[in-house]
Amino acid sequence: MTVQLDPRPPVAPAPRTGRRPPTMRFSRLDTKYSPYLFIAPFFVLFGVFGAYPLIYTFWVSLHDWDLLGSNHPFVGLENYSRLLEDADFWHAVVNTLGIFVISTVPQLLAALWLANLLNRQLRARTTFRMAVLIPNITSTAAVAIVFGVLFGREFGMVNWLLDLVGIDAIEWKSNRFASWVAISTMVDWRWTGYNALIFLAAMQAIPRDLYESAAIDGAGRARQFWSITVPLLKPTIIFTVIISTIGGLQLFTEPRLFHSGTNPIRGGTLRESQTVTMYMFENAFAPHYNFGYGSAVAWLLFALIAVVAAINVLLLRRLGGTKPPKADAKSKEGAR
Amino acid sequence: MNRLWSASRLTYAALIAAGVMSIFPIYWMFVVASRSNDAMGQLPPPVTPGGNFGANVSRLLDNTDAYFVAGLVNSAIVATTVTVSVVFFSTLAGFAFAKLRFRGRNALLMVIIATMMVPTQLGVIPLYLLMTKLNWNDRLPAVIVPALVTGFGVFMMRQYAGQAVSNELIEAARVDGCNTARIYWNVVLPALRPAAAVLGLLTFMTTWNDFLWPYAVLNDPENPTVQLALRTLSDGYYTDMSQVFTGTAIATLPLLLVFVLFGRQIIGGIMEGAVKA
Repeated sequence: MTVQLDPRPPVAPAPRTGRRPPTMRFSRLDTKYSPYLFIAPFFVLFGVFGAYPLIYTFWVSLHDWDLLGSNHPFVGLENYSRLLEDADFWHAVVNTLGIFVISTVPQLLAALWLANLLNRQLRARTTFRMAVLIPNITSTAAVAIVFGVLFGREFGMVNWLLDLVGIDAIEWKSNRFASWVAISTMVDWRWTGYNALIFLAAMQAIPRDLYESAAIDGAGRARQFWSITVPLLKPTIIFTVIISTIGGLQLFTEPRLFHSGTNPIRGGTLRESQTVTMYMFENAFAPHYNFGYGSAVAWLLFALIAVVAAINVLLLRRLGGTKPPKADAKSKEGAR
Repeated sequence: MNRLWSASRLTYAALIAAGVMSIFPIYWMFVVASRSNDAMGQLPPPVTPGGNFGANVSRLLDNTDAYFVAGLVNSAIVATTVTVSVVFFSTLAGFAFAKLRFRGRNALLMVIIATMMVPTQLGVIPLYLLMTKLNWNDRLPAVIVPALVTGFGVFMMRQYAGQAVSNELIEAARVDGCNTARIYWNVVLPALRPAAAVLGLLTFMTTWNDFLWPYAVLNDPENPTVQLALRTLSDGYYTDMSQVFTGTAIATLPLLLVFVLFGRQIIGGIMEGAVKA
């Protein structure tokens, strides 16, 4: 039942000098403190489950930290020095970088080309956009299992297709380079359409009269693409490269589920496609449960990501050589 | 009209080829899921659906080693809870950052943006230790609680609230005697609804899909998420592939459903985010 709470007497309370009425004091407190109340959940939850673990990883990495052991002696940088001499770790680093290079480069080039196609006057525009985005929204685990079968040795569809054109069956799971290619195919399949849509959004922001005047000057389609579209897209390209670097170097689900049977966390009997994240899991969780060593792997992975991202940005800066386009200033303003 | 903008037949052919390559693995997943186990050994491989889907589903549900139903229920609980929470907290904080004045606003926003750059793997081990201390290992809160807020969500809502909610409207509500919480609930939240919907869809899909963290923290095979149940199925020693593919198909189905219903909004959200990022 509701009660009408507002039948105030017509007589206004005598205004007191000195003190403000309580509602006004409340509203002062409200405007001053409620913003902090509104953002507090993020900072509290992130502090406990995001920031604290991050810092704590470093602390753990300085210890001989066995899950089953009761005390965890401090060992300083020993985990790191052991890791730098660990052949299996470097093997995983090479795998990760190899898969990263042969997936990211074709993926971004294909996405650029696909975006260029999608940027034309099309019938069924939305259908095409949805079709190329579908791989991105499906379950990674499910798709990794499906690709594992497509790349099977005996009855896999890929080897069957290769056989049709006269190429011998490839050992996708036990040949190191072939397994990189198979896993890169999964990654490309998943992310090309997504990146294409990001490029498309940036392409649509390019003013059309630029193209019109270029056409009057006699520039053909290809020339317009390389001289207008690509340079103006540079900030977006840098953005996608950084995102792909962060994602690509952390690759886990695809290579983990590509393998099955005994010890799939090793990425094949001879660690053919074990990535750094898989190596971290192998050490930190089953079978070794060595948290200190696993944490050291995590920090070196972070360093690797930072170095590769920096190299990429430097390379891309050089590549274009044109002055920073307008979109750059705009994106900075958006982030401010 | 510039030739650059008109689509030739070649453009359509290329786009159709790209579309077919995008859809084929998913289509094929449903083909194998609807056939008997012999399909896996056939050359050429079958490319049309068979009539065995129902039988495969009941075999999958009878498989007591996979805990597939438990996985589906768990994933539904986790994804729904996380989605509601992320949308609520992100709109709340996004509104504060876009429309309210307070000390340290810009610095705090920078912290949020910085959190988007840090790789999740870095925190997996101590998070696991933390869960052990809280006694949450092998239980759903371990998967739910760390995902209740995201920097991405706050940032996205802050960007959207800046243009979707006018300052005059907020001032008018204040003059009418609304406190800040009421303004959020009655003025801001309705205005943010389209962007909040996109954030909700993206969050639901990411959470449903997540593999790495559940894999680390949910070790009890009887209490998996659906993705972990798939792992158990496919790692098995005997490989009943039509059963595995039925599982992958069912695990993908909710995502496809969401995408078919809201694909336009999701694409809009991704493209919008890209221009402003």
